[in-house]
Amino acid sequence: MLDRWRKALSHVVVALCGLAVLVALLPLALILFYVVQQGLSSLNLAFFTNMPAPVGETGGGMANSIIGSLMVIGIGAIFATPIGIISGVYASEYKGTQFASVTRFAADTLNGVPSIVIGVFVYGVAVLPFRQFSALAGGLALGIMMIPLIMRTTEELLLLVPLSLKEGALALGATRARAVFTVVLPAALPGILTGVLLALARIAGETAPLLFTAFNNRFFSTSLTQPVSTLTVQVYTYAIAPYPDWHRQAWAGALVLVAMVLLCSLAARVATARLERLQRGS
Amino acid sequence: MSNRLFSARPDEVMFRIGTGLFAFLLIAIVATIGVELVRESILSIKAFGISFWFNDKWDPVLEEFGAKAFIWGTLYSSILALLISTPIALGIAIFISELAPSWAQRPLVFVTELLAAIPSIVYGLWGIFVLVPFVRSLELATPAWMKAIPLFSGPPLGVGMLAASLILSIMIIPFSSSVAREVLRSVPQAQREGAYALGATRWEAIRMALFYARTGIVGAVMLGFGRALGETMAVTMVIGNNPQISWSLYAPQYSMAAVLANEFAEAANPLYLHALVEIGLVLFIITLIINMISRMFIWSMGRQRKPRAVRTPAVAAAESA
Repeated sequence: MLDRWRKALSHVVVALCGLAVLVALLPLALILFYVVQQGLSSLNLAFFTNMPAPVGETGGGMANSIIGSLMVIGIGAIFATPIGIISGVYASEYKGTQFASVTRFAADTLNGVPSIVIGVFVYGVAVLPFRQFSALAGGLALGIMMIPLIMRTTEELLLLVPLSLKEGALALGATRARAVFTVVLPAALPGILTGVLLALARIAGETAPLLFTAFNNRFFSTSLTQPVSTLTVQVYTYAIAPYPDWHRQAWAGALVLVAMVLLCSLAARVATARLERLQRGS
Repeated sequence: MSNRLFSARPDEVMFRIGTGLFAFLLIAIVATIGVELVRESILSIKAFGISFWFNDKWDPVLEEFGAKAFIWGTLYSSILALLISTPIALGIAIFISELAPSWAQRPLVFVTELLAAIPSIVYGLWGIFVLVPFVRSLELATPAWMKAIPLFSGPPLGVGMLAASLILSIMIIPFSSSVAREVLRSVPQAQREGAYALGATRWEAIRMALFYARTGIVGAVMLGFGRALGETMAVTMVIGNNPQISWSLYAPQYSMAAVLANEFAEAANPLYLHALVEIGLVLFIITLIINMISRMFIWSMGRQRKPRAVRTPAVAAAESA
């Protein structure tokens, strides 16, 4: 009797766990469904090639926002990749040292800082002194968010490279810099690039840190020192506006964003799976 | 290691200093964030002192600023989100690591982590046009006896605490569940085998594993909490943006991140700006503390195991959060 009750309880819990998976997948399916359905019906060539239409006119596109997004993301990547990779090299080369632990702690802390707070910070150091919102400030904010992600991936992947590789290089008389930069780093490079890609996917969808750094711009601008429109901020502006035509544009923008982010994650995942296979093979 | 052997060589010293400079830059950025937030909020800190935390008046015109309503909104929405998401996240973690057949694990991990990949702004957009009308219809259907309870009182607006905490709970599920999954995986197989050998049912064996992994699981839940506290766009778009302190789930309220998103670019006079930065500072401090505690829990659990070769991307991101 008691046994039957225990078994029944066990089955109930197993069923509840399965239910939890379904409960989580339901909103995912709903979000993807709405984004694709609403987005596809509003997406057209004009979305990619045209400028935003003036208030009251229908049509128009987000050409300037797409360029703007690519600009800030690019600035962020250029700024963050070297800092992330080289500080990752330091943390793995001198992993026992106190300074490496402090670096690691700083990276984890930075990763936990809410993106809006990063926006406030960058406003203070890169907007206020120049009295000017700018693409550079937006890129700086996104870059700061990328650094810890790249640093941690680099560090982890460098530690996976067999020590014998480095020892071989050192035994041949290479300096440590040479051994690291020409032997160890290239061995881990595919993984590190995957990490950069993932960091890109993470920040490509960010809105909060751009609100008062890159700000927004109704016009086409490729100037680094001028405010620039980005896809995410533009979707936000359109979503909270009262015009149905703008809502359609927002959904189209959301579809482009989701597609961009998913493609990045998917590419990274394929690369990770390949790495895992290599790892198991060796 | 070979540190000592090489340390005298100048190229070695150069290498260490060169790479160390970049590491230092990373540390400097974090330190500067803290310093800058204090520097930019000094007017407000001086003007209001500790009362800033406990005053619920936010009046830019009369220049009276208190953050209590925003702190309340942030904590209330995050705690509600935690209550909703924790059972679901744990269920997912258990299902994937203990119950699902091995061929299904990878796809399931991938799909649940997609939730983390969707940008916050897309959650917000979906929230405005799909979730809020749905929540509103729920609120309209509330029977009168339920409306008498303070938790469900107020007009059926759709936007408000309920919509905000629902959307937050969806957003933090992947973070808690992926860490909880890794923690469960680190429980030695012998624990489960021992339980089964003593005649335990499946659930009893899982309960054993959960108990073994309890510190790590608390850490996983807190990590989700940290994420929820700082979440900006989706919350801003559905919480209603009204600085009031209310237990009601139907009431439009406000959060710290939301007030920054809405008012920061328009803050014209210095005291107003400094008060807003101070809210950022408060948010920074709270998330810092929560993340540190959560990392301590996960770390104390993680030390018992050898790290896996390559972790899935979301886990790596979440763990270092």
